[in-house]
Amino acid sequence: MSTVMLVPLATGNALTIGLFLAVVAVTLYITFWASRQSKTAADYYAGGRSFSGFQNGLAVSGDYMSAASFLGISGAIALYGYDGFLYSIGFLVAWLVALLLIAELLRNSGRFTMADQLAYRMRQTPVRTAAATSTIVVSVFYLLAQMVGAGSLVGLLLGVTSPGLKNLVIVGVGVLMIIYVTFGGMKGTTWVQIVKAVMLMTGTVLITFLVLVKFGFNLSDLLGSAAEKSGKGEAFLQPGLLYGKDLVGKIDFLSLALALVLGTAGLPHILIRFYTTPTAHAARKSVLWAIGLIGSFYLMTLVLGFGAAALVDTGKGSQIQTSAGNAASPLLAQAVGGGEGTLGGSVLLALISAVAFATILAVVAGLTLTSASSVAHDLYANVFKKGQASERSELRVARIAAFGIGAIAILLAIPAQRLNIAFLVALAFAVAASANLPALLYNLFWKRFNTMGAVFSIYGGLIMAVLLVTFSPVVSGTPMSLFPSANFDWFPLRNPGLISIPFGFLCGIVGTLISKETHPAERYDELSVRALTGAGAEKAVAH
Amino acid sequence: MPDRSTPIYEAGEADRLPAHDHELYNTIAQESDFVELRRRYRSFALPATIAFMAWYLLYVICNNWARDFMDTKVVGNINIALVWGLLQFVSTFTIAYFYARHAKKSLDPLSSKLRDEFDRETGR
Repeated sequence: MSTVMLVPLATGNALTIGLFLAVVAVTLYITFWASRQSKTAADYYAGGRSFSGFQNGLAVSGDYMSAASFLGISGAIALYGYDGFLYSIGFLVAWLVALLLIAELLRNSGRFTMADQLAYRMRQTPVRTAAATSTIVVSVFYLLAQMVGAGSLVGLLLGVTSPGLKNLVIVGVGVLMIIYVTFGGMKGTTWVQIVKAVMLMTGTVLITFLVLVKFGFNLSDLLGSAAEKSGKGEAFLQPGLLYGKDLVGKIDFLSLALALVLGTAGLPHILIRFYTTPTAHAARKSVLWAIGLIGSFYLMTLVLGFGAAALVDTGKGSQIQTSAGNAASPLLAQAVGGGEGTLGGSVLLALISAVAFATILAVVAGLTLTSASSVAHDLYANVFKKGQASERSELRVARIAAFGIGAIAILLAIPAQRLNIAFLVALAFAVAASANLPALLYNLFWKRFNTMGAVFSIYGGLIMAVLLVTFSPVVSGTPMSLFPSANFDWFPLRNPGLISIPFGFLCGIVGTLISKETHPAERYDELSVRALTGAGAEKAVAH
Repeated sequence: MPDRSTPIYEAGEADRLPAHDHELYNTIAQESDFVELRRRYRSFALPATIAFMAWYLLYVICNNWARDFMDTKVVGNINIALVWGLLQFVSTFTIAYFYARHAKKSLDPLSSKLRDEFDRETGR
């Protein structure tokens, strides 16, 4: 979902700015409160494992529902009708993989990072290095896409057009996320995500209700007037406006769908959220809550998207067109509040803008924390110091890493604004599905799986996904590419999943079978006992 | 056997646990309660995963290659494509509900019994 912004929303800015400052104040207060509570490594990395299933369910939803899903999906529906809805279906169904195969088993058998779970029965140095590499690649790709999006989105919401001010917005978002993560750790980040989830759900329910009232709660009428107003008629409600125009497009859509459904359960920033609950039972509950919240959220975006198509101008040259759909939700809020220039319209517009701002902050904080944890816990404490680092030095490294990653993200995001890097989100999902998921699943379900298998599947899936994207039309060969004037696009698909996911799984098998390493077979049985029963699992921190 | 020349740390996180824990894990792994727990878990999770993946991929494939069918009107402006999309939500909620029920009824009693046994033996 592209976030190229041309025309800002003309708003009474004082209210919007006021609400933005309120979001900043509340989240900073949470951070300083949390920093006084955080003492141990389990506090910093896993919030003391003290969040209830419901709290973590909210935080998982807050971590997962990015500005791309809030503004992007409703915008895609407003522009492309039914096809815009397809993204959200993959995003939701994916949670069943997390629920059935990953969440509880990971909570029981790991400590702080994705790599912990693999390291139980594998040689630690190679496996942790590989898992940390893919964790950092996935999180930084995702983070960069969010930061660049933040510049344009906040610019749109505040009515800022000058490049200098957009740079300032990116620096501001970056500094806030560094503060949350450095001082608040997982506890602060989690509460920021909880606040954001509550704001997002409240705002969405409100606007959805107001749209439905306009159409007398008749979905068919809403669809009918959206189709009519869109100028595309019947086709607006049918598959085909966005995806699958020709055979390559159809295969590309299949590839995207596969990456969406298999990627979620391999996203490191989602995986580490399961460690914040006291038991696997609470981890299960948090996924159940997340499925309920995320599912109802996406159902409401359907109403928001079609509502925007029906009630706001989406024609050529309209703000929704020039913002690639991102302005749809805010403009819809303004319309159902009474329209431009009215008090109700301005209040709702400011409210939805603040929700979008909180959304950006919560997601970037989660991603920064994930990368910092992996640098400190996997690379520093276990690969570099061979498990001999003191907790204090490990936490110091985590904070320095959070600062460093945040600074790098700011420095990369500013020049990247001129590039079309929306593909980075899809790439992050593809890498998560191709590199992380195979290793996690084999480790839990395949006795013979070994170090070489884990290393092969992670690097194999990662390298294949990145290579295929590099040689795809998203990087070169079309006017919309990252490098529009170059031509090295010999791989026709924009999404690598169809090839890279099976390749990652295959690498795991090949690596395992060619390895001469003989793992003690009982380690697999031990891991199974730990994963399924929670015997010896990390307990919550008592305060 | 692991290679003696590799430092013990290299052999895996597991090697940091006391020998008694390892013995206990391996005892539990052989117990009929654990074998039953694993069977019950897998007999739900694996078929359910295959089912929802097939159901989702069929929907994706029909979006690509069965458009006439997907365009069929069901009621008013609502067509099969939209109904099927909404059914993906329904099926996700349903599978989640039944897994939660299965876990509570059939998995949790066995897992907490085995966990208690481990805690008692290790004195935690």
